[in-house]
Amino acid sequence: MRFDLEIIASWIEPGTRVLDLGCGSGDLLYFLVQNKEVRGTGIDFEEANIARCIERGISVIQGDINEEVLDYADNTFDYVILSRTLQQVYEPEALLKELLRVGRHIVVSFPNFSHWLCRMQIFFQGRTPTTSQLPYKWYNTPNIRVITLRDFREFVQKTGFKIIKETGINTQNEDLHGRVIRLLPNLRATYGIFLIGH
Amino acid sequence: MKKTIGPAETKYFQLPGSLLLDNNDSLHEGTIAYETYGQLNKAADNAILICHALSGDAHAAGFHAGASKPGWWEIMIGPGKAIDTNRYFVVCSNILGSCMGTSGPSSLNPATGLAYGLKFPVITIADMVKAQKQLIDFLAIPRLLAVIGGSIGGMQSLEWTIRYPEMVFSAILLATTQRHSALAIAFNEVARQAIMADPNWQAGDYYQGTKPDMGLAVARMIGHITYLSDEAMRHKFGRRLQDKEDFSFNFDADFQVESYLRYQGKKFVERFDANSFLYITKAADYFDLAPRPRADGSLKSPFSRARARYLVASFTSDWLYPTRESRAMVKAMKKNSLDVSFCEIEAKWGHDAFLLESERLSNLMSGFLDRMGRESQDYAL
Repeated sequence: MRFDLEIIASWIEPGTRVLDLGCGSGDLLYFLVQNKEVRGTGIDFEEANIARCIERGISVIQGDINEEVLDYADNTFDYVILSRTLQQVYEPEALLKELLRVGRHIVVSFPNFSHWLCRMQIFFQGRTPTTSQLPYKWYNTPNIRVITLRDFREFVQKTGFKIIKETGINTQNEDLHGRVIRLLPNLRATYGIFLIGH
Repeated sequence: MKKTIGPAETKYFQLPGSLLLDNNDSLHEGTIAYETYGQLNKAADNAILICHALSGDAHAAGFHAGASKPGWWEIMIGPGKAIDTNRYFVVCSNILGSCMGTSGPSSLNPATGLAYGLKFPVITIADMVKAQKQLIDFLAIPRLLAVIGGSIGGMQSLEWTIRYPEMVFSAILLATTQRHSALAIAFNEVARQAIMADPNWQAGDYYQGTKPDMGLAVARMIGHITYLSDEAMRHKFGRRLQDKEDFSFNFDADFQVESYLRYQGKKFVERFDANSFLYITKAADYFDLAPRPRADGSLKSPFSRARARYLVASFTSDWLYPTRESRAMVKAMKKNSLDVSFCEIEAKWGHDAFLLESERLSNLMSGFLDRMGRESQDYAL
């Protein structure tokens, strides 16, 4: 499993109800169901991902996360996970509010745009950064939001929700391995992971 | 190499007493035709009920004595297949109103000794399910691991989860809907009119004479248009001519699509009863699980009673029960906090895709059933 997902998994209490938005082929949910006895549901857009999840015995719905979350009753989940998707969300504030309606907590992770490699590319080369976490060119990137750890902290404060936990991580080898960054995470972390609640 | 269950045989179950129907009529001395495959285990918790669609029958898998053609869902049911008969006890019964062994308008009316014709009571999807419930009780199955069906079979499966929530652990719903749309009702009505306009129909009383074959054939042709898709028709036929180089300049079948529809119509009248077509399509038209108003004016969804875990699958090119209708059903399930999985399968063959060989669909079903097997163990009766 990817390193960021390992960190997220370590934050989830056993036996809880979990909704994973953009769950891909279900690696995180599979791990959580097997090891933490969570009751999990995923949402993803891709038929192949959906099929893989169902084959692995994971409950999953094919659809758009912004629309699919609207159907759930208040506090249906203990955790709603939005991993590596926030940077592609058109209305992050509305989505965040909706997620904290259907879930008691949300776990959000996103690539950190202020990692020093990004800063160097802008400063020395004058180019839009491309890194292994942000591999796209400006004209083909699905990432419509440029987010840094500092930006996100301020954003959560503005919405009135609470950051319960925050971790910066630095990842290598297609993000399979990594370590937690404690010193200067906004400069050194490739991803930020936040636990947010009321 | 995937194997077949081999020999299969249709059995008959007499409904005990009379069956009270939704129209407040009763069906007396009813019969249900059914088949079973695999073994019911000691705990009686490995049973799966298969619900067939409009023109199906109890013969879902294996081979009848002397037959070269297997049951209608042989691709899905058998040893090592998605519905694995080495693990599950599979039951399939012919629906009420049909003509393949279960009581329907072509059966003998015990009151007169003649075929019912239109004296057969108008039935609903729920009535079909009530009859199936009697069979499941007779087979001593306290709870079904899964009820599985496509199209009208999907409606029965849905109805099972709402009418007998404590008896259904899960349901797989393929290419189906929670309420028949105006489009679907319209096609059914045109098909019924074709039958009733046939002079041989005789207000349904044709069993002693010539059958309304032309009307039934046209009804089936209309059905086949709805089972295919625009894309499927372009692929399969285009504007290609049938066995000729040029137009005939008469009203024979010039185009392949005409020839196909005529062939399907002709083949159908050999095995199906026109009145059964009327009754079953009407039952489908009546089907509606939309929220109902309570006494205080608020809305109550039929799904508030349900407890099953669901797998819903639609097909991209199905225009009879399109994806948006599956989504509406999934939405209702989510709103009622039910465990539901939903997949829209890319398929170009239209509504009938659920009956065709599909590795994707097989894998979805076997994965879901695996999970249901595990979860039902943790969730003893």
